Amino acid sequence: MTSLSVHQIGIGVALQDMGRPGFLENGLTRGGACDLRAIYEGAALLMQSHNFAALEMTGTGGTFEAIGSLRIALTGALMNASIDDEAISWNASHYVPSGARLVIGPSCDGTYGYLHVGGGFQTDVVLGSCATHQSVGLGTPISKGQTLQIGTDLGCEVKMSLPRDPRFSGGDVRIVPSMQTNDFDPAIRARFAKTKFRRDPRTNRQGVRLDSDGENFSNPKQLSIVSEVIVPGDIQITGDGTPFVLMAECQTTGGYPRIGTVLPCDLPLVAQAPVGAALQFKYISLEEGSLLQARADAELTTLKQLVSPLIRDPDNIKDLLSYQLVGGVISATASPFEEG
Amino acid sequence: MSENKSHYPKIRSVGLNGILVTFSDTATDAANRAAIAFRTAIDKLKWPEIAESSSTLVSAFFQIDLAQHNFVVISRKFKDVLGSENWINAELPAGRTLWTIPAVFGTYRAPQLVKAAEAAGLTVSEAKTELVATKMRVLTIGFAPGQPYLGTLGTSWNIPRQVELSPNVPAGALVAAVRQICLFAKDTPTGWHHIGQSAFKCFRPTSDVPFPLSPGDEVQFISITTRELAQIELHNPDGSGGALREVIT
Repeated sequence: MTSLSVHQIGIGVALQDMGRPGFLENGLTRGGACDLRAIYEGAALLMQSHNFAALEMTGTGGTFEAIGSLRIALTGALMNASIDDEAISWNASHYVPSGARLVIGPSCDGTYGYLHVGGGFQTDVVLGSCATHQSVGLGTPISKGQTLQIGTDLGCEVKMSLPRDPRFSGGDVRIVPSMQTNDFDPAIRARFAKTKFRRDPRTNRQGVRLDSDGENFSNPKQLSIVSEVIVPGDIQITGDGTPFVLMAECQTTGGYPRIGTVLPCDLPLVAQAPVGAALQFKYISLEEGSLLQARADAELTTLKQLVSPLIRDPDNIKDLLSYQLVGGVISATASPFEEG
Repeated sequence: MSENKSHYPKIRSVGLNGILVTFSDTATDAANRAAIAFRTAIDKLKWPEIAESSSTLVSAFFQIDLAQHNFVVISRKFKDVLGSENWINAELPAGRTLWTIPAVFGTYRAPQLVKAAEAAGLTVSEAKTELVATKMRVLTIGFAPGQPYLGTLGTSWNIPRQVELSPNVPAGALVAAVRQICLFAKDTPTGWHHIGQSAFKCFRPTSDVPFPLSPGDEVQFISITTRELAQIELHNPDGSGGALREVIT
């Protein structure tokens, strides 16, 4: 069986997949990858199902050795990566020969990088998923010396790439009103939509804390509120008036009011915003939100059409001078008929 | 997205993730029963739009992809079912489970019973008597996987949370505040009062029954000694903690 042996590993690197739907009634949120789009991108690059588990890497990845040859794809936050000291492109798929050394990290933008393998990482399936959900004690982060088992790879294509989308440096985030939006004073809502927030460093897979200058966003009514259902993307305003965008490992219920909910298709942008990146929230109607989300959902299923062969960057070719770069060039002036 | 500002039940969207039907703006027992009964009734209809459902203290939640299904159209379907019965007086669904869970009240295993009883204006012995006499209902599951909020204790138990958090109250703890008891699924810092201790595991990820408790189930505590609890803890491979279960008919 193919596997990856872990020689070095970053803090909190863990297996993630699409998570565990179906357990809301039991108080267990879906969890899974923070940037679900990256999971779809990895699947498109390797031409396989998006239900395979990948490694989610925060800040840095690690050093791995291939036991048996394998295919990989790299998506999400851009990280420095190499195979046997030769730099390889991000947002692309590659072949890793048996015994080769794969080094990933640190990241140059974004927050979460993903390593996918052809055939997917294989680990114990608990409640229908391989996803690590640390806060409830499902799975543990990867540790040095571990061997990661890989399933049978049915594909063979490598050196494919996907265009990089602009979700790695913050920006505008579209939100729809949620169940408690109307409980907020209109002036607070207006100020919320006008504020340029910064992603706070105190952020994890449960939620992204938002910093801003000026007044906080506490609401006079919020102390008497009954605990209510939470969905990922909800923006809750805590007791001291600080907004948090709730992420993959949020709880299923909570007592802080929600001022709005991020469109699922914009949640990867919030997840990937690096510390300090600017985020601004734009209210749109439920009708507009559902149209935009439906379009984004359709786009995810057709990502494979955007995959194209990787064009090698000459900067990355270590033995560039050994290539015959001019042979076979046809002269624009010489007539081909005069030869021979 | 408030459909109607002042009247309950209220139908609201939750982001693009689903629809919430709320029966009250305060945590009343009747609203909780209504939420559980309504959710069960809707689940029985097996609408294809609904991916999964849950209930909170006063609401039923239905996960529906509102990018694929129109909120207004589905709201109308919910309104029809809401109008078909007086849900505030609805019977709880049949087939629920009655759990009898052994627990130590007070002692060093649950050191805040004395303070909690005092806050409730009861003697420790009165407090214990009420805690084992009241058959409580799982009002909702939340905060941690499988973790129940049980209610509703008498009005004297309407005690506030402590301002100072206890840094770490262990799994299996019974903690009290605001006329409810929560049975901790895992070690947790909390402002609730640690009044009892059981060996009941609310979340058993690798078991056939990972989440033993469901909203609507009933829970009766029985008082045991610290020595009896220690005996149970010594041999508790399935996490049942000596609890007994029977189906409520």
